[in-house]
Amino acid sequence: MHTKGVRPPPGHPRRYIVIGVLGMLAMLAALSSLLLGPVALSPERILEALVGHGDAIASTIVLELRLPRTLLGLIVGAMLGLSGAVLQGFLRNPLAEPAVLGTSNAASLGAVTALYFGLAEWHPAILPALAVVSALGSLGLLFLLAGNSESPLTLILAGIAVATLAGAGISLSLNLSPNPFAAMEIMNWLLGSLENRSFVHVWIALPCVVVGMVLLLWDARALDALTLGEDGARALGVSLGITRLRLLLGTAIGVGGAVAVSGAIGFVGLIVPHIIRPLTDRSPSAILVPSAIAGAALLTSADIAVRLIGTTAELKLGVVTAFLGIPVFLVHLLRERRLW
Amino acid sequence: MVTLSLDKVNVKLGQRPVVRDVSARLEAGTLVGVIGPNGAGKSSLIRAILALVRSEGHIALDDRDTARIGRAALARAMAYLPQGQTLHWPVSVERLVGLGRLPHLGPMSRISEADTKAIERAMTRADVIALRTRAATELSGGERARVLLARALAVEAPVLIADEPLASLDPGHQIDVMNLLVAEARAGALVIAVLHDLTMAARYCDRLILLDRGALIADGRPGEVLTQDHLRDVYGVEAIIKTETGRPAVTTLWRSPPRV
Repeated sequence: MHTKGVRPPPGHPRRYIVIGVLGMLAMLAALSSLLLGPVALSPERILEALVGHGDAIASTIVLELRLPRTLLGLIVGAMLGLSGAVLQGFLRNPLAEPAVLGTSNAASLGAVTALYFGLAEWHPAILPALAVVSALGSLGLLFLLAGNSESPLTLILAGIAVATLAGAGISLSLNLSPNPFAAMEIMNWLLGSLENRSFVHVWIALPCVVVGMVLLLWDARALDALTLGEDGARALGVSLGITRLRLLLGTAIGVGGAVAVSGAIGFVGLIVPHIIRPLTDRSPSAILVPSAIAGAALLTSADIAVRLIGTTAELKLGVVTAFLGIPVFLVHLLRERRLW
Repeated sequence: MVTLSLDKVNVKLGQRPVVRDVSARLEAGTLVGVIGPNGAGKSSLIRAILALVRSEGHIALDDRDTARIGRAALARAMAYLPQGQTLHWPVSVERLVGLGRLPHLGPMSRISEADTKAIERAMTRADVIALRTRAATELSGGERARVLLARALAVEAPVLIADEPLASLDPGHQIDVMNLLVAEARAGALVIAVLHDLTMAARYCDRLILLDRGALIADGRPGEVLTQDHLRDVYGVEAIIKTETGRPAVTTLWRSPPRV
């Protein structure tokens, strides 16, 4: 809601500077992601491949391996960052993230089901499709459990129930898996990764994420109004029922689509809004777009780290974000406590 | 000029009736105090007026049923200062007061020059200009109450409804807030305030509505409503009521003996 005429309070940079710097960081991360990999390619060869004039090897590596992987890092990261920011505002809880409502677990369960029954081998689209369907199904269950209650606590409790149920389903599939290789495949997927993803995955995730983002960004002011509590927001003309439906649908579709191609990647949705908040005026609407861009930059950077850290088996992305997340989260937690 | 009419308004929370058959006609330009003991249904009545809780009977703004007025239009017609001071994020004072302009904005539109001016006016009137860049969660109770009042004033609605605006304020700030509410009424607004301090209610309000167990017991000028009989029947207290200044001043003494 910042505009000309109203000067921003001191203590945080102007909004367009924050968005500009974060945007540059995300672009830098994306470029590095195209440049870095086990095969060394010169920037010229990469550029030629990108515009369609490259040699066969460079074209294959850049267009079929690195470009989809980079795009997915940006898309998935942006969705996780945005949904974390939206849910923290909506539930008025600094610990909220998509996992709190069971969305991530439910999407994982859908994917695990595809792996368990061998459906994933039929077509690369089956696994992500099942993940999205499962995320939407969990939303139905969430509404059934939470009823008409507008209290964020009811929604969080219902979300924990959904997440636990989906988690139990995942454990069951590991428990009953016919052989260690099947269990290994499921575990590997659960750790989260952008390895060996193709444009099929981009085309599955992109529409889901676009729809999810539009729904989440539709009425950011409703989140600001909720600063005054439910009654305060409704007295300001916010229809809480519609807002809740829009935000939860956006989360289920967007995060469902993101988790469907990347596997469960935790912590991005939780920590990004905390990093962004001190750079803004701290109102829930002001952190949305910066959180999306920062999420894209963070996940793409983490994916570069995965490739650079030399281990015998490639590190999984979800593992890196978790290790990355804890210290960042602790630092910001300590800083926030002094402020709150 | 706006008129709010209530016709046999009933509110139930679960199975329990909390407002019973309340009828009244409230005119613009008046400061109406809603008084009554804890649990008398004061908050429920004003939440019903604001369509925040489902009610039976008719509530009409200028003869238009509030149930038929959309949520956004209702938000432009009636500003609400809720009870308590819970703020969920440490937003700046200016930003918080700016929330009062939300009902005037379209889904994607930006804040306009007129909105900015309304925010400035509200902050000036509630005397919070000096606090504009502070985080609203870091203010003292009195400062925060004034900021939240500025937020309600920024709506610039013809009706202003305040639920216990004096709670947790020192005497000086109580007088400031009451003077502001009076000024709003004199400027042509209909102001409805839930109040617990009977002397403050009597001194500033043009009209008092006394509720007990959901029912309207008395409705009229402060001198008519604040009588020893009413205080005994409704609050269960004995009181001295002085009327030397023209307005009743209530000093409560002790609990009334239980009636046989």
